[in-house]
Amino acid sequence: MNKKTKLRSKKQNKVVGMILTYVLLIVVALIMIVPFLWMLSSSIKADREVFQMNPFKWIPDVIRWDNYSKIWTKMPFGKYIENTAILTVIVTFLQLLTSSFAAYAFAKLDFKYKKTLFLAYIATIAVPWQVYMVPQFIMMTNAFHLGDKLLAMICLQAFSAFGVFMMRQFYMEIPDELCEAARIDGMSEYKIWARIMLPLSKPAISTLTIFTFVATWNDYLGPLIYLTTDTKKTIQLGIKAHFIGQYSSEYGLLMAASVVSLVPVLIMFLALQRYFVEGVASTGIKG
Amino acid sequence: MKKLSKTAKRNIVAYSFIAPNFIGFAVFTLVPVLCAFVLAFTKWDGSNPMEFVGLSNFKELFGNKLFRAAVKNTIIYSIGTVPLTMAASLGLAVLLNKKVFGRAVFRTIAFFPYVASLVAVTAVWKMLFSKSGPVNAILYYVFKVPSDQLPKWFVGGLALVSFILFSVWKYMGYYMVIYLAGLQGISAELYEAASLDGASGWQKFRYITVPQLKPTSFFITVMLTINCFKVFDVAVLLAGGDSNSLTESSEVLVHFIYQKAFGEWRLGYASAAAMVLFIFVLVVTLVQFRGESKYANS
Repeated sequence: MNKKTKLRSKKQNKVVGMILTYVLLIVVALIMIVPFLWMLSSSIKADREVFQMNPFKWIPDVIRWDNYSKIWTKMPFGKYIENTAILTVIVTFLQLLTSSFAAYAFAKLDFKYKKTLFLAYIATIAVPWQVYMVPQFIMMTNAFHLGDKLLAMICLQAFSAFGVFMMRQFYMEIPDELCEAARIDGMSEYKIWARIMLPLSKPAISTLTIFTFVATWNDYLGPLIYLTTDTKKTIQLGIKAHFIGQYSSEYGLLMAASVVSLVPVLIMFLALQRYFVEGVASTGIKG
Repeated sequence: MKKLSKTAKRNIVAYSFIAPNFIGFAVFTLVPVLCAFVLAFTKWDGSNPMEFVGLSNFKELFGNKLFRAAVKNTIIYSIGTVPLTMAASLGLAVLLNKKVFGRAVFRTIAFFPYVASLVAVTAVWKMLFSKSGPVNAILYYVFKVPSDQLPKWFVGGLALVSFILFSVWKYMGYYMVIYLAGLQGISAELYEAASLDGASGWQKFRYITVPQLKPTSFFITVMLTINCFKVFDVAVLLAGGDSNSLTESSEVLVHFIYQKAFGEWRLGYASAAAMVLFIFVLVVTLVQFRGESKYANS
């Protein structure tokens, strides 16, 4: 082979490689997205059309928009959304506020028992919630009488060790000199936190917001244990209780409710996507 | 009033920062964690007096067929899910690390299953893989599988396979993002040097990408393994009956704990099973600590 044909074959290889890359990417993208398209498609079908395979139609002849209106009367869907929204917003807010507050002390202040206290946080991060969910539940119901109350779910999720740990990591990277200078100017620690640290930690706050939001909105096991009355349930529990069972066949409604339940997360995700990706990526680099 | 010393004042300010989180954390997390360790050695139904029974909960556990099935299934699920998810997410990350058109769109699509709620996506999967669903329809019409041999995806031996496939689909986007960050940390010079030496694409992947990503892969293995041990929703929502029940072929550790505690109110017994989960996770965490000190130096 002379040099020219070698070069040409190399170029050909590159083109073939690129085509292969795109084919693979498109196949993966389809695998990822087809279940969601099926969800959308089924949500506007009549129940018997959902499993009609031969011929299969993505868009039915008669579009059943009323699936989307029926879900609000078939079950307390509005109440579920309200419960989930209240839970998610309060948990996310408390989590951000208390974590960033505590993280500031751990990152920028010196005090007695700092190491011991921080060790308590680190040690419990290593214990999965599933290990202590039983005594936690007993404590919540027997000692605090919070069984079947949304407040129990709030208490349980609002003070995670993970949030403190994550915010602390971020604050550690902010130079100490910034705080020193502010102290010399006579700023109190609270002011430093509010005026300097908080504005600087927008990326970390965005990451924690979206993580907490998604985790709380989608949580299943927590609400399953605590919330038993129908009108107190979250959207995940509600959908499961009303539409998913051995004898339920209201596929159109199930899919319509599922689509609606995905919308807030989708909006949140698209709005804060950059921070989500950065947050995930940085947890990996840490290792 | 006595004037507070400077250190005392400093401590008070610091504690005021920590208190809002720490009080909640101590009451709702720290105390239950400590209780969990005690509870495992007791017999208690939550209302009658608690009774210390030593190791008898553990003895009963290991004699229990369903518990052994739960441990076995959880381990099989982890062994299947961890390598498959890693391979898929690494593969996808390598593809997306090239200069491809629409990279951000592909990344968003791959990531979306991760943020989508489990109840919604498992509902779809159950329909897609149901007896008369599209997957079996393809097997029937395209691959001519006779209708009486079409697989039942969520019962018997196939249940675990379904859990694994579903988990790979749902979680690969997340780990792909971590791999992408790792890939971007590899210096381009390494690849250029290899190209000059005439290395093929596969050789570059095998001898540069894979070794360079070792810390990332290690971290992902640990995270994935721990998450697999904690599996509950995937199993219950894919294979669970109306009352979230599972059979021996689909039982997993966390569901066993859930069932014993909130189904049968055997709190001590459930906590003993929770200790087994804790020990599994602890072993992986200790491996992680050793690995971290190793990779921190390199």
